[in-house]
Amino acid sequence: MDWQGQKLVEQLMQILLVCFAVVAFVTGYVLGSFQTMMFIYAGGVVFTSLLTVPNWPFFNRHPLTWLEPTEAEKHPKPEPASSSSKKKNTKK
Amino acid sequence: MHSFGYRINALLTFSVTILALMCAIASFSDNFNSPSPSSEVQVMKINWFQKKPDGDDEVSLTLNISANLQSLFTWNTKQVFVFLAAEYQTPKNVLNQISLWDGIIPAKEHASFKIQATNKYRFTDQGSNLRGKEFNLTLHWHVMPKTGKMFADKLVMPGYHLPKAYR
Repeated sequence: MDWQGQKLVEQLMQILLVCFAVVAFVTGYVLGSFQTMMFIYAGGVVFTSLLTVPNWPFFNRHPLTWLEPTEAEKHPKPEPASSSSKKKNTKK
Repeated sequence: MHSFGYRINALLTFSVTILALMCAIASFSDNFNSPSPSSEVQVMKINWFQKKPDGDDEVSLTLNISANLQSLFTWNTKQVFVFLAAEYQTPKNVLNQISLWDGIIPAKEHASFKIQATNKYRFTDQGSNLRGKEFNLTLHWHVMPKTGKMFADKLVMPGYHLPKAYR
């Protein structure tokens, strides 16, 4: 799952769960049935987990593009400076 | 959110948090219910009235209990426990409460009832004060919710008398 996918999945999970909770509560309160509220919410949790827990291809549409190895070779790391070793020698 | 375990953990914790919140709101919604229960009890018969060998008075009654407690039920009510108590004052105790009958009402459909019963539990005084005693019959109830706070209230029915002599 790429970065955009992770952000999307978190928002999806939170929005879906809150929406299901609101729908479940209102339905349960209007129908006067606590059981209905619980079933709707449980269904919502199952649906949300099916949508957000597996690594669907939907969440991998923005793959990170790494630098090519040849590109790294063009900018080599600076070599460790030899002055530090010289200083140590003079102290001794 | 990068791994399977992380996502399932986030989902479960968030969903349970919301569930707790829903239950709290459901419990709070009970406060909007203003019940108007009614009850009527008649003492049909004094079966017997005696002084036990240890000196305490005991009486057996046949009661006709009718009540309508349907307004106590809300969508968040699991059951209602109801009991009928005789309440009176004696020189020794300011308030004597004796449970005569009780019941559990499991659903709104059963909350309007009319029954005839002898006292389920013994109506025994702590002493010998029952002759000619005036007492109240009080219907107490405890509303047990599915989630949240339990409510209790009572309905006092005054003006009952016991006979002046043992029989």
